[in-house]
Amino acid sequence: MTTAQAQTAERDEGAGIGGHAGQFLTFILAGEEYGVDILKVQEIRGWTAVTRIPHTPAFVQGVLNLRGTIVPIVDLRMRFGMERVEYTPLTVIIVLSVLREGQKRTIGLVVDGVSDVLSATADEVKPAPHFGDSVRTEFVNGLVAANDKMVILCDADKLLTAGELQALDAIH
Amino acid sequence: MAIDLSQFHQTFFEESFEGLDAMESGLLNLAPGSSDLDAVNAIFRVAHSIKGGAATFGFQEVTAFTHVMETLLDGMRSGTRTMQADSKDVLLQSVDCLRAMLTATRDHQPIDLPRVQGLQAGLEALLGQTPGASAAKAANEEASGGAGWRIRFRPLPQMYQTGNDPTRMFRALEGLGSLRVEADTRGLPGWESFDPEQAFLGWNLELKSAAPRKAVMEVFEWVEGDCELEVTPLAGASPAAAAPVSAPTPVAAVPAAAAPAAPEAARAAVAASSGQGDGSSIRVGIDKIDALINMVGELVITQSMLSQLSENFDISRLPTLLAGLTQLERNTRELQESVMRIRMLPISFVFNRFPRMVHDLSQKLSKKIELQMSGEGTELDKTVLEKIGDPLVHLVRNSLDHGIERPEVRRAAGKRETGTVHLNAYHQSGNIIIEITDDGAGINKEKLLSKARERGLVADDKAPLDDKAIFDLIFHPGLSTAEQLSDVSGRGVGMDVVRKNIKAVGGTVDVQSQQGVGTTITIRLPLTLAILDGQTVRVGEETYIIPLVSIVESIKVKNEMVNMVAGKGEVIRLRDEYLQVLRLYQVFQATPTFTSLEDGLLVVVEGEGNRACFFVDELLGQQQIVIKSLEANFKRVEGVSGATILGDGTVSLILDIPGLIQLAHRNPPSVAFFQTSAAA
Repeated sequence: MTTAQAQTAERDEGAGIGGHAGQFLTFILAGEEYGVDILKVQEIRGWTAVTRIPHTPAFVQGVLNLRGTIVPIVDLRMRFGMERVEYTPLTVIIVLSVLREGQKRTIGLVVDGVSDVLSATADEVKPAPHFGDSVRTEFVNGLVAANDKMVILCDADKLLTAGELQALDAIH
Repeated sequence: MAIDLSQFHQTFFEESFEGLDAMESGLLNLAPGSSDLDAVNAIFRVAHSIKGGAATFGFQEVTAFTHVMETLLDGMRSGTRTMQADSKDVLLQSVDCLRAMLTATRDHQPIDLPRVQGLQAGLEALLGQTPGASAAKAANEEASGGAGWRIRFRPLPQMYQTGNDPTRMFRALEGLGSLRVEADTRGLPGWESFDPEQAFLGWNLELKSAAPRKAVMEVFEWVEGDCELEVTPLAGASPAAAAPVSAPTPVAAVPAAAAPAAPEAARAAVAASSGQGDGSSIRVGIDKIDALINMVGELVITQSMLSQLSENFDISRLPTLLAGLTQLERNTRELQESVMRIRMLPISFVFNRFPRMVHDLSQKLSKKIELQMSGEGTELDKTVLEKIGDPLVHLVRNSLDHGIERPEVRRAAGKRETGTVHLNAYHQSGNIIIEITDDGAGINKEKLLSKARERGLVADDKAPLDDKAIFDLIFHPGLSTAEQLSDVSGRGVGMDVVRKNIKAVGGTVDVQSQQGVGTTITIRLPLTLAILDGQTVRVGEETYIIPLVSIVESIKVKNEMVNMVAGKGEVIRLRDEYLQVLRLYQVFQATPTFTSLEDGLLVVVEGEGNRACFFVDELLGQQQIVIKSLEANFKRVEGVSGATILGDGTVSLILDIPGLIQLAHRNPPSVAFFQTSAAA
């Protein structure tokens, strides 16, 4: 990914829902298809054992050595409050480069499987309906229809927010 | 000439600052009245090379100022003057002033001209001129008041060999005003002994110009030493010479007006090249580089040996392979150590500023203080060194201001009138220890404690604190031990900042004091920040790393050594000391192999002066670990100071020993600290 592309992607994101056109990597989670901005994806790798980190929320599986960098791995099912499943050879980690507190950080997401690459124009992305307080949707950017299926577009930057981590810090 | 001189600026400034440091310590070592030629020569050389460099780069103020210093020093060098206390002080002030000038020039800031001129006058006064005459001379030098200059220029025979051409100089002079040249042919030899490569002619020049002396001298800069040169103001209608009293005004005005023009050009040049030389640099001894090259050579040999071995390998050659791998391991380790050594600088870089500080402060405080230093050669990581400077300055200031008493007080107390401050640095088990010891008044514990009570830092009814806890109070923000604030201490960083800075580089600071006898402040610093020796320990299926420096010992206990306090807090008795037991599997919510203290191992650790025992399943091995940040991609985790990557590529967490001990003190160890996290 070139810098120019990355900048474009960031600009687009700043422009609100209407600007979310581009390519998305889609993945499967509990039968549903989700998508993240493909420009944020650094790599996709198989599941390998991680080192558990004490005193962290359950959805943080641990950390992994990614060519010398320590990368936290988040189980997206647990992050969304879904039931945890045993990891299989098909379980993959999507390594994303996200912005948090203005800093570039690398995180890994554990998902059931990677599906496809989807192109969507700004018009095709529809805003997500409001579910009330029962469903957490702050990281959902919009919904898009592809091949008669609905894909939920996630904002990679909001998947593991600083606020959540700080809230956890405050408990102890 | 199209050479961009600005690319050399950084080197010039670095060398000049280094030179000034050398000059300062040289001056301090010179006893008044002494005529130690070597020392004076060394000081003179610094002034000379700064002057030369500054002239090359066109920093005129610096050139002019160092010129006067140089003249004074030259007198001492040739033995016509001796170093007296007053000249030493003025020279020391000049060093400061020069440093400020260089800093200002480097940062493209205006130079503090009044200060420069004041000192320059001081230096000139030392040169043996009465102040009035010096003002008049300065006026003559700076502003000739429109009359001009008479220049007597007699090149030495070899001048042409250096590539200098008088006609070019005359042309340059002509640019300053109207010039009348008169050749002096008296030196011409007869044809039989005429050598076309030698200079025989002399010139008398009359320059009618308002140009300052500096500008004239600049033209002859390159031939200095290759000629006899006399520059005298044109007699006659020189207003400056006629009215010396009014001279100071033009002195201030002319350089001020001249100054902006030249630095402006320099500024533009530097701004253009500022992209190249911004990063901080480090000077490395050539021996270190040579060692590194040797090491790399060995590594290459080992590598080629191993690759040859692998070409047709069979099991019979296994011993050779193992030997090769051992060699590779040794090479790698040595290489790593050499690379780390590049970052290491002797602590004298920080210590060197203290003789001057003590010299100045003892005069200011009218105390007699002797500074002793030892272990200046102890090497420390550059990053640590840079961060430790200010805290050390503060601590030494404190010792001078609050520690050492006035001579009369000392005499009354039966001590030597001269107080001693001792700075010592040495290695101790992977740490660098810096001690600041004074034989002054010591800390008044009662006063400190009552002050702390006043502020509500210590509860009145609490059991008496031990000495350590009391002395720790001085690091408390908002608690000043100073009876009265002086301009020596009580400004800048406080003791709490000192401790914070030292902690930031992974160090600790301790105070020991005995009233009436003195105070010792001990700073412990890690050798380096990036790599440490670690002990890997196993807790259940997980591997953690305990920094080797924090481990006191590892013991196997019997159940009868263990006591329970209030049914919860486990303590063991170890040689007359009760230590709290921290079960790491409870802290980290792991599934251990052993839960009985008898089966596993207890690792006694020490952090920030506190001790505790960590219960682990077993010790695995020791290895050097490269510290990686958890925060970079994640966040800080309590009880963990960082992470590292083990030989098999997995990540292992490094325990934060002081943090864990504090955690143990705060919470009873039998309660898992993080029951809440599961809920989140």
